[in-house]
Amino acid sequence: MALKERDEFSGQVTTGHEWNGIKELNTPVPRLVWAFLGTMALFAVVWTILMPSWPGINGYFRGLLGADQHQSVELTLAQAAADQARWTERLVNEDLATLQADADIMAVVRQASSSLFIDNCAACHGVEATGNPGYPNIAEAPMMWGGDADTIAETIRVGINATHPETRFAQMLAFGRDQMLAGAEVTLLADYVASISHGPALPTEQRLAAEELFANNCAGCHGETAKGMVETGAPDLTDEYWTYAGDHAAIRRSIYNGRQGTMPAWEGRLSTAQIRMLALYVLDLRSATP
Amino acid sequence: MFGFHYRLERSAIGLVAFIVLVASIGGFIEIAPLFTIDETVEIAEDMRLYTPLELAGRNIYIREGCYACHSQMIRTLRDDVDRYGPYSLAVESSYDHPQLWGSKRTGPDLARMGNKYSDAWHVAHLYNPRDLVPESKMPAYRWLLRDQLRIDDLGGHLAAMRAVGVPYTDEQIAFATQDAYGQANPDSAEASGVMERYGAATNVRLFDGTGPLTDMDALVAYLQMLGTLTDVAHEEQADEVE
Repeated sequence: MALKERDEFSGQVTTGHEWNGIKELNTPVPRLVWAFLGTMALFAVVWTILMPSWPGINGYFRGLLGADQHQSVELTLAQAAADQARWTERLVNEDLATLQADADIMAVVRQASSSLFIDNCAACHGVEATGNPGYPNIAEAPMMWGGDADTIAETIRVGINATHPETRFAQMLAFGRDQMLAGAEVTLLADYVASISHGPALPTEQRLAAEELFANNCAGCHGETAKGMVETGAPDLTDEYWTYAGDHAAIRRSIYNGRQGTMPAWEGRLSTAQIRMLALYVLDLRSATP
Repeated sequence: MFGFHYRLERSAIGLVAFIVLVASIGGFIEIAPLFTIDETVEIAEDMRLYTPLELAGRNIYIREGCYACHSQMIRTLRDDVDRYGPYSLAVESSYDHPQLWGSKRTGPDLARMGNKYSDAWHVAHLYNPRDLVPESKMPAYRWLLRDQLRIDDLGGHLAAMRAVGVPYTDEQIAFATQDAYGQANPDSAEASGVMERYGAATNVRLFDGTGPLTDMDALVAYLQMLGTLTDVAHEEQADEVE
């Protein structure tokens, strides 16, 4: 094999093989490629010295830079917490009513809470906080458990029918399904509830019968005037807001099957400052809606 | 420069031996990190197992391709931790076969979705996401509520997991079908055994709101326990802050 045979046209060395008169050039790899591969190899070696890499008998080599993603994110988070301490401390320590009147803190609340609300609350209550079927409108409707800042913060903290040990608890019984009321009585009550909220008034005889049924079965939670009670978390039935739709069929379904909505508890998932900030944010949304 | 190579090419055995040697360098680089796996995977004393119902839900999660749009891995980045909670630790995936970390998010990360929202929300959202989130582009999974969940073969699924290192006991495998039924029927006789075998932190609830077991029960049970196998991520990050 003639290794050094040169091709007369290109001046390059051939491989020395010949296939029926055809010879193949043995063009060397360009220097630039060698330089690139060499630099990459060198970089790789240097990188394994700087960063955590080689395994050994007593664990892996930690690298000269001491890089650790867990530590670096903790540092970033601690730095962020320190930067935010200016207002998070006020949120935790000061009275919510005072904070609500403070324009500086409310500017922070509006800015920081909108993403917090979208990440955590909007899935049920909607981006505009106007609710979804089964999840109340918290931008406009009266708050079932009370609408002052501390009560809202407490509701967010412990949730409603949630897994938190101090959770708020409310259950509307299945009056029809569990046979506490006959089918006709459920229908009559649904007529009545529709009539006091938006529907046509009932004839006197029916109204009197329904009022008696209401007083015996519903008033304990919803109040004698059906205006709802924050102590029991039962909603006002006379207003225009409905968690589970307000048409006659939906009202009848609620009385027949009962209702027990759940709001998860946020203590543990959100910090105290975040919970109190969200309470202020919700109140701010409510004051903005006419 | 190629002198060595030309010589090598003339010896068939020598060439094969050298190819094996060079290829094994790549293999070694991939395998080497496993030598120190005991050091890189955290220890979680309180680690619990997937219940049969949750495992069935996990299979449905894989079947429906949820992993294509949802990751289950909170990265060590401030934005991720702020939004989703404590970053994921290796130990949290130690019973995941296969892991579902994912690398692409069309929807949000689900690593700490467990008990974030209510069961009713998950059911309504899987039935039609746009009923609750008008701007959502997630498909509706209506058949989950219709299709009956197959639970008679769950013991086999548990045994398969045990074969790859998940420490299920013989008792857990034997009671897999009963436990799957009991976990979604809190008033049934089978319900009490679930917490006995899988720990008090297990969610025993009427996940889809009705008694008969559907695919929805299993998937919601799985979604409601994501990130709750161990509390070690919460503890570790609280420690490092101090």
